[in-house]
Amino acid sequence: MTADAASAPVEGTGAAGPAKDGPAARGPRVRTATAYPRYVAGKVAGAAVSLLAVLVTGFFLFRLIPGDPVKFMTGGRQVSAEQLAAYRREFGLDLPLWRQFTDYCGKALTGDLGTSYQFSAPVIDKITEALPNTLLLTGTAFVLYTALGILLGTRAAWRHGRLGDRLGTGLALTLYSLPSFWLGLLLIITLSVGIGPLPGLFPTGGMESGGEEGLAYVLDVAHHLVLPVVTLVAVEYGQTLLVTRSALLDEMGSDYLTTARAKGLRDDLVRRRHAVPNALLPTVTLIFINLGRTVAGVILVETVFSWPGLGGLFYQALSVPDLPLVQGLFLVFAAAVILMNTLADLLYPLFDPRVGR
Amino acid sequence: MTTENTGVRKTAGDDTAAAGKPPSVRPRALAWQRRRASAARFWRTYRTHRAGVFGLAVLTLFALPALAAPLLTGSDAADVTDAPGAPLESPSAEFPFGTDRFGRNLLALVIRGARVSLLVGLLAAVLSVAIGTLIGVTAGHFRGWYATVMMRITDWFLVMPTLVLAIALATVMSRSLLTVVVAIGVTTWPTTARLVRAQTLAVETRPYIERARALGGGHWHVMTRHVLPNVMPLVLAQTTLIISSAILAEATLAFLGLGDPTVVSWGGLLQDAREAGAVSAGHWGYLVPPGIAIAVVALAFTLCGRTVESVLNPRLGVSR
Repeated sequence: MTADAASAPVEGTGAAGPAKDGPAARGPRVRTATAYPRYVAGKVAGAAVSLLAVLVTGFFLFRLIPGDPVKFMTGGRQVSAEQLAAYRREFGLDLPLWRQFTDYCGKALTGDLGTSYQFSAPVIDKITEALPNTLLLTGTAFVLYTALGILLGTRAAWRHGRLGDRLGTGLALTLYSLPSFWLGLLLIITLSVGIGPLPGLFPTGGMESGGEEGLAYVLDVAHHLVLPVVTLVAVEYGQTLLVTRSALLDEMGSDYLTTARAKGLRDDLVRRRHAVPNALLPTVTLIFINLGRTVAGVILVETVFSWPGLGGLFYQALSVPDLPLVQGLFLVFAAAVILMNTLADLLYPLFDPRVGR
Repeated sequence: MTTENTGVRKTAGDDTAAAGKPPSVRPRALAWQRRRASAARFWRTYRTHRAGVFGLAVLTLFALPALAAPLLTGSDAADVTDAPGAPLESPSAEFPFGTDRFGRNLLALVIRGARVSLLVGLLAAVLSVAIGTLIGVTAGHFRGWYATVMMRITDWFLVMPTLVLAIALATVMSRSLLTVVVAIGVTTWPTTARLVRAQTLAVETRPYIERARALGGGHWHVMTRHVLPNVMPLVLAQTTLIISSAILAEATLAFLGLGDPTVVSWGGLLQDAREAGAVSAGHWGYLVPPGIAIAVVALAFTLCGRTVESVLNPRLGVSR
């Protein structure tokens, strides 16, 4: 607290210009020039270790638990001993464990994640096919819920304890407690199927109606995108709101805000230029740490809305279960979250010059 | 001053307790007296938080029917072959929530589902918090390479998409409630571990730890007698908060078809509803009760957890 208070006034006055180009406007620091590359190297090495750990987990999780993977693959069907042996050879399970592991790592690094039983197609092809659709859905939802959460969280903290704050926080907590798949089903039943006199306003699922081109196609996809995005935003914005709110509340007692008020700044300016930029720093970290939860939300929402993305594919793979596909998607989801977190770590010093020096 | 007196007597008694002298009974009685007093103080503060009291009331409302489920619903409520009504009946006097796709009484199923959801939620949260506390306390107590390795593992689990890991675990293990508990428990502990470690580091700098060490207290003694009691409040608040996410995770796993197919749970009911085409048929009554139940119980645990947190940590209490 005292360390914060010491550096905070400097921080506040430094950011008195437009908050965004604050660090850049200060010009390069001599110490930053050597420290930032070291910081980057440390973070990248950490991410590499994490990715390796994901690879190892993927290997052991899907090969060694519990008992014979071939029996699991054949799912209790009648198979002769020769067929079992053929399966073993096909999947390289007759090799010693360390050979299996090195083969698996080598293949995974070159993008070969095996063949899906269900689709008889390379896992990597199924994944690259579905990836853009997931990115569209997740990206749209992520931008919207982050913006909404920060906006509402700031307002709630600035007027904390009042009716608006209590209602807003209560609503966020309630939506946060809803199972996302249930909210999705309810939205389909009210807005897609239609209830009473209300006609169906939105499609029940999928990503396109088919047959449209050009602008009509874009509008059609956007129309299909509405309900899944609304569902994701509704269940995820609460977390951002709460994080922003408590980060801003922590800042609100700080001396530099009193100084800013004392020099006659309007309340709005004190909030926008002094309090919020500082409160956003912990918020950014937590938003990225919580990405894991968003991945869970995406899986469920895509399942419910039959969105042709990675989450929907994961559900299809689970119901078989199509182990190579489950394993491949496990690697992709974990790697995506780790990469996003590393990216956030790398960008963080640009927002907060105190980090990474 | 009396308080000073008892304080001195307590420390004296603590050290002579092993010798089995008569005064050794007294400090124990005193400890219990203090525990009762602090519990009463806790409850007095808790009572002033309206959200927390509301959450507690809601939980009681759900827990009582869940405990009494065999009396209320009869043992055959979940029996598919001998269902009392026609499939997908609308709500009536006999079936207040209507019937499910097999003609079973939906109200009875929701009550029975509460048992599974609450049980799995509690067990998974206890497992998760136990792992988190163990790792947090040991990583805070033993510094050096052990702590470094443990914290790297914790950080790794922290960024992993929890549900994906839980799904992967549940896929490769056999379908049972134990699997669900383990899958949720071993994937949600990292937050607890980090919080507990931070608290352990703070506690270990206090002078009475030095005193305990100087008097010959070993690692086990310091961790269980001095550190653990001090991190317990944090652990309690954390457990309440994790129950809420564990209940949501259980419902999610059941909805994805990874739960125990032989028991009725709220997530499983929703999966049944979806498979029966309740959504496209606009069959409201089937979807709403289990979903509301999940949401309300999860919310109630969140409210209780936040209240416990703010009672035990007054600095947060003002702001949150």
